[in-house]
Amino acid sequence: MIDFVGKKQWFFLISLIAIVVAIISLVVFKLQPGLDFTGGTSMTINFIPKVEQSESPQVQSQLRQEMIRLGHPEAKIQFLKESRDFFVRTKFISPEKVNELRDNIEAAFHRDVEISVPLEVSPAIAEKTARNAGIAVGIAAIAMLIYIAWAFRRMPRPFRWGTCAVVALIHDVLIVVGIFSILGQLTGAEVNAMFITGLLTVVGYSINNTVVVFDRVRENISKHISPDFAVTVNCSLTETLARSLNTSLTTLCVILALLLFGGVTIHYFILVLFIGLIVGTYSSLCIAGPLLVIWEKGEWSKLLPFAKRPA
Amino acid sequence: MRKRDIYLLNLILVLLGLALWSIMPIGTKLLGPNGLTLGLDLKGGSQLLYEADLSKKDPSVTGTEAMSAVVEKIQRRVNQYGTTEPVIQKQGPDRILVQLPGVEDISEAIALIGKTALLDFREQKFDENGSPVLDEEGNPVFENMTAKAKDKDDNEKELTGKYLNRAWQDVDPYKGPIVAFEWNSEGAYLFEQITRRNVGKLLAIYLDNELISHPVVEEVIPGGRGRIEGHFTLDEAEMLAIQLNSGSLDVPLTIIGQENVDPTLGADSIQKSKRAAIIGIILLLLFMLFYYRLPGFIACISLGIYGTFLLAIFTFFPITLTLSGIAGAILSLGMAVDANVLIFERMKEELRAGRTLGAAVEAGFNRAWTAIRDSNITTFIACGVLIWLGTSSAFHASMVSGFAITLFIGVALSMFTAIVITRTFLRLIVGSQLVTKPSLYGVKI
Repeated sequence: MIDFVGKKQWFFLISLIAIVVAIISLVVFKLQPGLDFTGGTSMTINFIPKVEQSESPQVQSQLRQEMIRLGHPEAKIQFLKESRDFFVRTKFISPEKVNELRDNIEAAFHRDVEISVPLEVSPAIAEKTARNAGIAVGIAAIAMLIYIAWAFRRMPRPFRWGTCAVVALIHDVLIVVGIFSILGQLTGAEVNAMFITGLLTVVGYSINNTVVVFDRVRENISKHISPDFAVTVNCSLTETLARSLNTSLTTLCVILALLLFGGVTIHYFILVLFIGLIVGTYSSLCIAGPLLVIWEKGEWSKLLPFAKRPA
Repeated sequence: MRKRDIYLLNLILVLLGLALWSIMPIGTKLLGPNGLTLGLDLKGGSQLLYEADLSKKDPSVTGTEAMSAVVEKIQRRVNQYGTTEPVIQKQGPDRILVQLPGVEDISEAIALIGKTALLDFREQKFDENGSPVLDEEGNPVFENMTAKAKDKDDNEKELTGKYLNRAWQDVDPYKGPIVAFEWNSEGAYLFEQITRRNVGKLLAIYLDNELISHPVVEEVIPGGRGRIEGHFTLDEAEMLAIQLNSGSLDVPLTIIGQENVDPTLGADSIQKSKRAAIIGIILLLLFMLFYYRLPGFIACISLGIYGTFLLAIFTFFPITLTLSGIAGAILSLGMAVDANVLIFERMKEELRAGRTLGAAVEAGFNRAWTAIRDSNITTFIACGVLIWLGTSSAFHASMVSGFAITLFIGVALSMFTAIVITRTFLRLIVGSQLVTKPSLYGVKI
């Protein structure tokens, strides 16, 4: 039998460090918000004839100056090597103004220009998207907490079970978001609406895992396998270990295949699932159950390994 | 072998037959007559989000009425434009989402859909001496208000595009493309009176408060026909005709979001992801087979049936599949596997505890049931919140609710697969006494 509960302080320490790192990274690096959350216009500017690789730096700097002259100093300009187009991101520009912009660029470069707009979002919508995402996660968490408390109503203090499951869930969300803020710094990974969908998937997965473990604890309590709650929980964790790992492994098979061979458009989404799945499996085994033990026993002073032991 | 299991087996076979029939290859479409309904992000196309300025609506109608009228008119415009399967949806109190699958050049569509297209006529301005007022450049000046006339019941009415019977694009040998129109009887009556009092004067035609042309009224125009000459291109004349036919929008619209997906990018993404998903699913099935042996084999079959049912539901209703919807389906597949894993692990425990095969199968299902139920209901709750919030919010609503809808369907179906299909198959095999070696159930004794 693996002693999950006995090592709980080490798990808590690891998670605490991970969460602290995540929070620091969130404060320092922040997240790289995508257009969905900032609002703005993204466009590809396609010169006819195409810009040669060799002249691209010069055209790019000229384009930058032109954008500044046209009142868009905030424009981020990128040369796309494969299609030899320029990818430009600005604040929100209405479609009519995009046509004006095209005429101006054509005049400045004496070249035909095509502009296509893959995405544009007005700031009002962007704000609403961000707020709705927050509300969705919040309401879903509360609803799940209430359901778990109800499902475990035969247990003493069922509300604690729900709270522990939701704490494990928040733990997972924080770590995934933290990793993404580091990734944002390193690779420019952006947080968009797809990211939120991924996060919601992780939330669903994490809670699912925790409920399966708690279900076994509930069963073992009613079977009175041990008077010690810690032993009961540990027993339940060990018994469900094969299931937890197998389910995670089978799902990871599919996710990993999608991560390695899937299309570019869903790459970051799948990455969220991949990280979230691992963190979610860990938290349902090593955080949710052990935390419930600490709470039930009232041993908050023993939360971390270096805490003072009562004499 | 119990009678109930035989009934269930028959039921499963009938359902499977129906599902297979509904996704059978017909012509070139692999999945039923319509194939899978794919979202914009997969098949490419454009979506536009408009916001209506409800402060400009006619005070006599409610905001909802004005919005419904606008949606209907946009629908007509888009239909005449000839887009296949457009989606025009009201979102929230003052927003309209327009999805145009397959449309790549969006600027034309933008010009067509969002224009208010309010047509009206204005009379020329004259000073006290009766001579025409001219501006600094010597151009004639027109009244600021729409020309009015009394109708047959002696009520004063403004002459606007709403009295049009129809409009069409035409070509004048001298003036090029024009838009010809025909009034309905009420409009014709008003038009006749207005032309009568303006014979020999100019009559201005305004579109969205912009002067289009100001022809001289040469004689009274009865009959109710007219034309607009405005140096149009053929396309412009065509579009204006469509707009006039659909009626002017009741409130002005502005674009607050647009998204265009290159169809080839979507296709490439699908192709790759499809291959990846197949690899992943094969790995998953192999894992189940090697780890759980006979039950694993049964699980593979019931997951195959699960996939068939899921596709059948997607094509039957049909559910619009987006990238996020596919993600939801994959997650639900994971949960379907999980339900099987939960049951098999329980079965193994019972076998190790020395139960007979039959008893172990029953105990495995009964014990695993609470875990499956509670974990799936929590998922349902999360899906419910997402669908509810998704449909009430804005731009990427379809993405979040698309995910939640497929996940919801998938999880509901996975409960059915695990509890009914896998169980019936296992019972039948165990009951038939064909396979009794515990090692085939993944247990060493």
